[in-house]
Amino acid sequence: MKFNVRQSGDVTILDLNGKITIGSGEEALRNTMQEILNSGAKKVVINMSGVTMIDSSGIGELVSAYTTATNRGTKLKLANLPSKVSDILTITQLITVFDVYDNEADAVSSFA
Amino acid sequence: MADEHRFHLAIGSRFENIELVQVVLKDRLRQLGMDEDTQDWVDLAVREALANAIKHGNAQDPEKQVHVDLDIEADELVIRVQDEGEGFDPDRVVDPLAPENIRRTNGRGILFMKKFMDRIHYGSGPGGGTMVTLRKRVGPKTDTPHHPEEGTE
Repeated sequence: MKFNVRQSGDVTILDLNGKITIGSGEEALRNTMQEILNSGAKKVVINMSGVTMIDSSGIGELVSAYTTATNRGTKLKLANLPSKVSDILTITQLITVFDVYDNEADAVSSFA
Repeated sequence: MADEHRFHLAIGSRFENIELVQVVLKDRLRQLGMDEDTQDWVDLAVREALANAIKHGNAQDPEKQVHVDLDIEADELVIRVQDEGEGFDPDRVVDPLAPENIRRTNGRGILFMKKFMDRIHYGSGPGGGTMVTLRKRVGPKTDTPHHPEEGTE
């Protein structure tokens, strides 16, 4: 798993790339999310376009990120879901929990 | 179907070893003529079985092994994943789709296996431990993941 953090105005974008699977660095993802929240970010978009695979452990990390962000008053949105990730969120019924957008621009503008 | 598709692997209980199994598995699935989408879903189901065996079955003890067997029985791909743990009762796993569990951070591995395979079965392996058997009909195009699972055996 690789990730990158960048800004778009007052929105923090976290680009996730590669496999979000058990043993692929989920601790690093958790720490990065923590750093983003500690920086005071209130609007966060996770860009999933580069995710090639996600397993149940990776889904757990996304849920954890969402819960932690929400508890700290930060709005977290997902953008650019690859079709298989979308299928998995549907199967787990998490598609109704996460705020999901087709693309990054829509996700960013949704905060306005 | 020919015996050359069969394999047996024994891996130490480390998550990085899941990738080793995936390389061999993907190669076999391709040889069997499975379409790429189905390959990915089977791959994911096997990942979940391996992760459970390493994490829950063998408690990440690197001295304990996880055994993986791939076989073809009639028109079914059969993958057996066996750990060296104390055994496991799948009925004790909470339903991850129950409203109160939707936001849990764990407990979805068996759901994935059921969704992405035709049938799964939990039992005991020959040497104790837990053995999960994953079955998928082999054909040019199979039904995943939008069709409901056919349940456990």
